[in-house]
Amino acid sequence: MNILLTALGVMALLAIVLGAILGFASVRFRVDADPLVDQIDAILPQTQCGQCGHPGCRPYAEAIASGDADINQCPPGGEDGIRKLAELLGVDFKPFDGEAAEPKPKSVARIDETTCIGCTLCIQACPVDAIVGAAKQMHTVIESECTGCELCLAPCPVDCIRMVPLGTSVETWKWRYPVIPIRTIKA
Amino acid sequence: MRQLYRFHGGIHPPEFKDLSNGTPIAQPPLPARLVVPVSQHLGAPAKPCVAVGEAVLKGQVIAGADGRVSAAVHAPSSGRVVAIANADVAHPSGLPQTCISIETDGLDRWVGKTPLPNWQDADNETVRAFLRDMGVVGQGGAVFPTALKLGVSQLDTLIVNGAECEPFISCDDRLMRERAQEIAKGVMIAGTLTCAAEMLIGVEDNKPEAIAALKAACAGTPIEVVSVPTRYPSGGAKQLIRILTGKEVPHGMRSTDFGVQCFNVGTLYSLKRAIVDGEPVISRVVTLTGELERCGNTEVLLGTPIEHLLAWAGVTARCDGVIVGGPMMGFPLGSRAAGVSKAVNCLIARSDTLLPQRPPAMPCIRCGACADACPAELQPMELYWHAKAREFGPAQEANLFDCIECGACSYVCPSQLPLVDFYKFAKDEIWAAERDKKAADLARARHEFRQFRIERDKAEKAERLAARAATPAAAAAPDAAKADAIRAAMAKAAERKASAAPPPTDDAKRAAIEAAMARAAAKKAEQQDADAPPKPVLDDAKRAAIEAAMARAAARKAEQQSAAALEAEAAPAPAAQPVIDDAKRAAIEAAMARAAAKKAAQQGAAVPETEAAPAPAAKPVIDDAKRAAIEAAMARAAARKAEQQSAAALEAEAAPAPAAKPVIDDAKRAAIEAAMARAAAKKAEQQGAAVPEAEAAPAPAAKPVIDDAKRAAIEAAMARAAAKKAEREAQKGQDPQP
Repeated sequence: MNILLTALGVMALLAIVLGAILGFASVRFRVDADPLVDQIDAILPQTQCGQCGHPGCRPYAEAIASGDADINQCPPGGEDGIRKLAELLGVDFKPFDGEAAEPKPKSVARIDETTCIGCTLCIQACPVDAIVGAAKQMHTVIESECTGCELCLAPCPVDCIRMVPLGTSVETWKWRYPVIPIRTIKA
Repeated sequence: MRQLYRFHGGIHPPEFKDLSNGTPIAQPPLPARLVVPVSQHLGAPAKPCVAVGEAVLKGQVIAGADGRVSAAVHAPSSGRVVAIANADVAHPSGLPQTCISIETDGLDRWVGKTPLPNWQDADNETVRAFLRDMGVVGQGGAVFPTALKLGVSQLDTLIVNGAECEPFISCDDRLMRERAQEIAKGVMIAGTLTCAAEMLIGVEDNKPEAIAALKAACAGTPIEVVSVPTRYPSGGAKQLIRILTGKEVPHGMRSTDFGVQCFNVGTLYSLKRAIVDGEPVISRVVTLTGELERCGNTEVLLGTPIEHLLAWAGVTARCDGVIVGGPMMGFPLGSRAAGVSKAVNCLIARSDTLLPQRPPAMPCIRCGACADACPAELQPMELYWHAKAREFGPAQEANLFDCIECGACSYVCPSQLPLVDFYKFAKDEIWAAERDKKAADLARARHEFRQFRIERDKAEKAERLAARAATPAAAAAPDAAKADAIRAAMAKAAERKASAAPPPTDDAKRAAIEAAMARAAAKKAEQQDADAPPKPVLDDAKRAAIEAAMARAAARKAEQQSAAALEAEAAPAPAAQPVIDDAKRAAIEAAMARAAAKKAAQQGAAVPETEAAPAPAAKPVIDDAKRAAIEAAMARAAARKAEQQSAAALEAEAAPAPAAKPVIDDAKRAAIEAAMARAAAKKAEQQGAAVPEAEAAPAPAAKPVIDDAKRAAIEAAMARAAAKKAEREAQKGQDPQP
C-alpha cells in the first residue's frame, strides 16, 4: 500500500514538474509566425508580380503553407522553383498548368521618357519602389531594383512602358551544360 | 639546399615549350586600331574617362579604377579615341564587352611618366593607390588587382611564381631570361612593402636559362631562386606554396593566413616598371605558338587585335582555331577581332595534328584515376556525378570551389570525360543562384518597406482626419497653410461622400453639361493665359500632353467598345452619335494637343526662365490655385466613390455631378474640372458598354441627342479654334524673349 502511494506520489510530482516545464517552454519559446511560411517565402523569387493570383510573394507563401494554393503557380520562379518547393514540402513535382502564364526571360521595365506625362500611376503600381519621378515630372525605372513584374504596364495611360529582356552579359554568362555529342559508328 | 615538398597528384603532359622559347621577345608592328577592354581585371570594370574623338597619349589614363577592387586602364599608344562601345573580347562566352577603341597615329608619343621614386618613404596606402591607378594586376591568369594583395604586412614568405607549368607557354620564361634584373627589383619592392622575412622565386627545372639569369640578377640580395621539379600544375599558387614551404592552405582560408603571399613574375615586372619607371601597364609578353610561321614571344600592346598578331606571325594552312591560354586551362577564341587583355598570356594556333580532338566521352568507370591526379585532393568523380545530376548543394559540400580547374583529371580520364566543363557549369550555376537570391532579398526588403510605408501613411492620414474632425473651425481658413487646405479638402470630400449616396439622375446630366461648358471655358482661359506673360506656356504644354494622353486613351477605349458591342455602339459617344466620329475626334484632339505640347516644349527650352511655370496655378493666384486644387481633389474623390456605387446601382452612375455643384468663375479650376469630368465620363462610358440600358447616362447632353450632338460638335470646333489661337498667341508672346 505504501509503495503504491509512493509510486502515485512520484508520478504526480513528475507530472507537475514536467507540466510546468512544458508550460514555461510554450510561453518562453513561442514561435509567432509559421516558420514554414518564411522558408517558402525564401524560395519564391520576390518579383511581387501577382501572377499566382495572390497580392505578392508572401501571401502566396502563406497560401501554400495553409494548403490553399498549389506549388505550381509561380511562373517567374520557373520549374526550378517548383522543384525546390516540392522538396521543401515533401510533395511531388508538378508542372505548370496548361493555362498558367509561361515563364519569361528576365526583363526589366523601361519608360519611354519622351512619351511619359508624369502621371505617377506606375510609381503607385510598382511593388518594390523601383520607379522614381514626381507628378508632372519625367519618371524612370531603377533597373537594378526592377523585378520585371510588369505591374506598371497596365496603369500607364500613354503606354510608354515596355519590358526589355536583360539578355546575358559577360558577368551573367553561365558555362553551359556539357553535352557529349553522340556519333554514329559504322558497323 | 632548400627542402622541397610534394603536392598531391599532378601530371606530366608533353611540353611543346621549345616551339616558342628559343627566340628573344619581339616587338610586333603597331596596329592601326587598338581595342582596349575596360574590364581587364577581377572586380568592377574601370570607368571610361575619355570621350569619343579625344586625342590620347601613350600611357594616359582612359578608364579610371571604379571602387576598391578595380584597376585603371591606360592608352597603349597615342592616337584618337574612335569608339567607346561593346566589342569582342577574349572571353570564353564570346560575348561583347565595353571597349575603348583607339586609332593609333603611329607617333607613339608618351604622356609624362610619373614614377614613385620615394616609395620606400611613402606609406603602404599611397603605394597601393598608385599601383591601382597604374593598372597593375596579376598576370598569372586571375588578373586580381595587385594593390589588394599588397595590403598585408609581416609576411613570412613572399613567393614569386615563375613555374610556368602549362605546356606551350613560355612568356614568363623569356621574361625571366631577358629581364631578370627588373624582376629582381620588383621582388625587392614587393618584399619591402609586405615586410617579407624571406623571398623565394620558384622556377620549374625545365627552364635552366631562366634560373641562371635570375640567380645572377639576385646575387647579393636576400632573394632565393629555387628550382622546383617539373610537374603540372606546380604553377598553381597553392601548389607552389606547398612545394616551397610545405604549408597547405585548407578549405576556406587564404595563404596570407599562414604568412605566405604569391605573385607572378610578370606582375612584379610590371610593378617595377610602374614604380621605378613610371610606366603604367600598357603591354604584356604574349606567347604566339602552334601552327605559326614565326612562333615566339612578343611584347604586345594591350588592345592589339589578335588577328593583327596572327597575321604578323603568319598562320599556316593547318590551323583550324585559336586557343587563348594554354591547352589545359585555355579556351577557344570566339572572334579574332578581340584585343589582347592583361589576362592573355598565350595564343595557340591549333590543329588536329598538334592537339588531337578529344575522343568521344564514355561513361565513368569509377577507376579513381582523376582522384589520383587531382592536385587539390578532391574527389573529381564525385563532383562530376553531382554536377551532372545538377545537385549543386552536394557538389558544394564536396568542396567544388576548391577546384582550380587545372584539367589534370580530364587529362587522365580513361573515359575522356570533359570533367572540368562540368565543374565550370556547376560553379556558374551556383553563382547565378547566388545572384538571384541577392536580387530576391533586395526585392523582398524593398517590398516590405513599401508595405510599411503605405500603412504608415494611412495611419497618419487617419490621425490627421481625426484631428481635423476635432477642430472644424480650421476648415474655414482656405488661405491657411497647405496642409490645412488638404485636410479641408478631405473633409469636404468625406461630407460629399455622405451626401452623394443617392445621386439623382438629373445631376448627371447637369454635370455633363457643366463639364462641356467648363471645357469651353478652359479653352478660353488658355487663350487668356496665352495673352499673359510667357510663364504659363510650359504649364500649357504639360496640360496639353495630359489631355492628349487622355484623348488617346479615350480613342482606344472607344475603338475597343465599337468592336466588342455592335448594338451598343451608340452608347460610348458622349457628344456625337457615331462611335467612330468620337474616336476620330479624340485622335485629332490628341494629335493637336501633342503638337501644342511640342511647340510649347520648344519654347520652354528656348526660355529657360519659364521653367518655374509648371506649378499649375503659379504664384499670382495662390488662393485660386489652392482652391482649385482642393476642389479638384474633392471632385476626384467624389467621382471615385460614385463609380463604386454605380457599379452596384446602375442608375447611380452619373456621379461626377458633385464636381459641378460649386459655382466658380475661375478659369483654371474649370479646366481641371473639365479634365476630371472627361475622365469620369470615360469611366462611365466603360460601364455603359457593359450595361447597354445605361447607355444614355454617359452622354453629357442626355436625351435630345441630336441637338446636343450638334452643340457639342460646334463647341468642340470652337474650342479647337480657340486652342489654336491661344497657341499662336503663346508663340508670339514667346518670340521676343529669346
